[in-house]
Amino acid sequence: MWYLCVFYHRLLDYRKAEVESLSHLFGASDVEEENDKAHSLEWRLPQHHHPDSPFHFVNLPSEDIARKIANRSILVKGMYEVWGEGDSYEELEESVKSFPEERKLPYLDSESSFKINVDSFGKALTFQEQNQRMQALNFIPFKGRVNLKNPDHKFWLMETDDSGSNNGLPPIVQRRIFFGREIGGADRKLIPTYQLKSRTYLGPTAMDAEMAFLMANQALATPGKLVYDPFVGTGSILVGAAHFGAMTMGADIDIRVVRDGRGPDCNVWSNFKQYGLSMPIALLRADNNLPPWRTGLKEMFDAIICDPPYGVRAGGRKSGGRKLLKGAVSPYVVPDDKRTDHIPSTAPYSLVECVHDLLDLASRMLVMGGRLVFFFPVLREDDCVVVNNYPEHECFKLISASEQILSSRYSRVLLTMVKISPYTKEIAEAARIKHMEFKENHLKWLEDGNLHSAVFSPADSKSSAGDEGKLSKDPKPKYRGKYV
Amino acid sequence: MRLLTHNMLSSNIKGVTNGFPLRIEVEKVVEKQVDLSPAFLRNMFSKIEWKALVDASHSFGYAELPEQADASMLDSEDFLRKFHHALLELHLEEGALICPETGRRFPVSKGIPNMLLHEDECIMMTVDKLKTTDPPSPQ
Repeated sequence: MWYLCVFYHRLLDYRKAEVESLSHLFGASDVEEENDKAHSLEWRLPQHHHPDSPFHFVNLPSEDIARKIANRSILVKGMYEVWGEGDSYEELEESVKSFPEERKLPYLDSESSFKINVDSFGKALTFQEQNQRMQALNFIPFKGRVNLKNPDHKFWLMETDDSGSNNGLPPIVQRRIFFGREIGGADRKLIPTYQLKSRTYLGPTAMDAEMAFLMANQALATPGKLVYDPFVGTGSILVGAAHFGAMTMGADIDIRVVRDGRGPDCNVWSNFKQYGLSMPIALLRADNNLPPWRTGLKEMFDAIICDPPYGVRAGGRKSGGRKLLKGAVSPYVVPDDKRTDHIPSTAPYSLVECVHDLLDLASRMLVMGGRLVFFFPVLREDDCVVVNNYPEHECFKLISASEQILSSRYSRVLLTMVKISPYTKEIAEAARIKHMEFKENHLKWLEDGNLHSAVFSPADSKSSAGDEGKLSKDPKPKYRGKYV
Repeated sequence: MRLLTHNMLSSNIKGVTNGFPLRIEVEKVVEKQVDLSPAFLRNMFSKIEWKALVDASHSFGYAELPEQADASMLDSEDFLRKFHHALLELHLEEGALICPETGRRFPVSKGIPNMLLHEDECIMMTVDKLKTTDPPSPQ
């Protein structure tokens, strides 16, 4: 069955991926097939619309699934059963009239209450205009009572102009009018409730609430599942997963963050308490480079969600003293009398090594079909991505990569991977050898993977001179696509 | 720290071959009520080292768990409740986890186990240059 899926006009790259993950969660693809079909849906655009348009048609097996997806989604404004559409109101009327009566009548009877919403994209309608448009729908035989607060059925009239007739509208839509019945819609209170400024305990890289929910959706967080974040920090990512009922567990190398916070009522625990969420099952201080899991422990987590430290806002740290890594002749030995209160120093952790460890951890600790959801930085130049090599692992299949542009220099891509094959001895051994290689060429990796300098170094004079001609023409294109 | 976490952790000090299960040194245990989720318990049961869980619950003074358990027992509500209580409701608030081989103490404070190793306990890039040192003798 085809439904009209209307998105909020933001995070364009994340929209379809979210709906596809949720459709998987709610059983749209009932078999755990390993083919591509299991994780993707059939999509269709309205006539002459650009893929960035907020209006999409999606094919879903049932209204129930469509409702569940819409109600849980962060980026779906609503899912609708379209009763008619057209380029003009005349066309719309024709179209609604030809929509099968038996599908309309159950929602028009005198026993039920209803409400009509008028919505527009890229333009604002005055109250009078909205009323006019509603009056014009009198060809539909509504018999029920009007109830604005709590109607049984909600109908939507949505219209958009094209950019030619409405200057300022992005060239992604053509004039189109839709009329339909609402199947489900996003919970608009969710993000304001959880927004970071209301959060008691925050760190410099806390994940914003909207993104944390998106990550939890990509990870299929749901009651009974266990979700792990190896770089937990203030717990902002796990808050999203906990909201959807998953059990959570987190680790961090910085003990001050996980243990102390900023006081008894301002720490990771209080961030969960604040929203009435169940507390994480465990928080611990551990190093993802040398994880403390017992031998034989595997397939423990249903999902791993994280924002690895990639050295732009915050750099990663791992065990092992700085001095030792710089090639000191004699290794540092902690004197026996100082062992109890010794605070071990840490060494910088390169992104490549960090991602290697993350994939190794995930391939071992995720259940089959479990998901690894994490951010990966990419460099940009002249508005396009320079290299597009996402990390790979034989146990995983990449099912979505959604870009969020952070500056003209770099963006972060949310990668969602599914575990498709078990962790074998051979894979473990290969990972161990790679691990040793990282140890031996530690400094080289640190230099190679230095994203910080690529992002923050001053632009070299040559390229900026070349750009000047372009800049003076159109410094900010009107339609910025993924920038929204 | 809940016993579920204890059941997952081991001492990963260089040279230690069997760092599991960590011995528990109890200073303060607290009970925190958690909603029982049968689905989650079933999910976890197969991943738990049962003996380690039983022994650990003994060190907290909880003796209700049977010495042996198999998946068929998950149908019993009584068993589920006890399993749930041992796994998720008993917290080690203050104390330590002791490596069974070396006696190294991993402190647990405010409920957070500190599993980070000292510099000389991790496998380092200089490991080849080192003559293989014996792990520190047990206390």
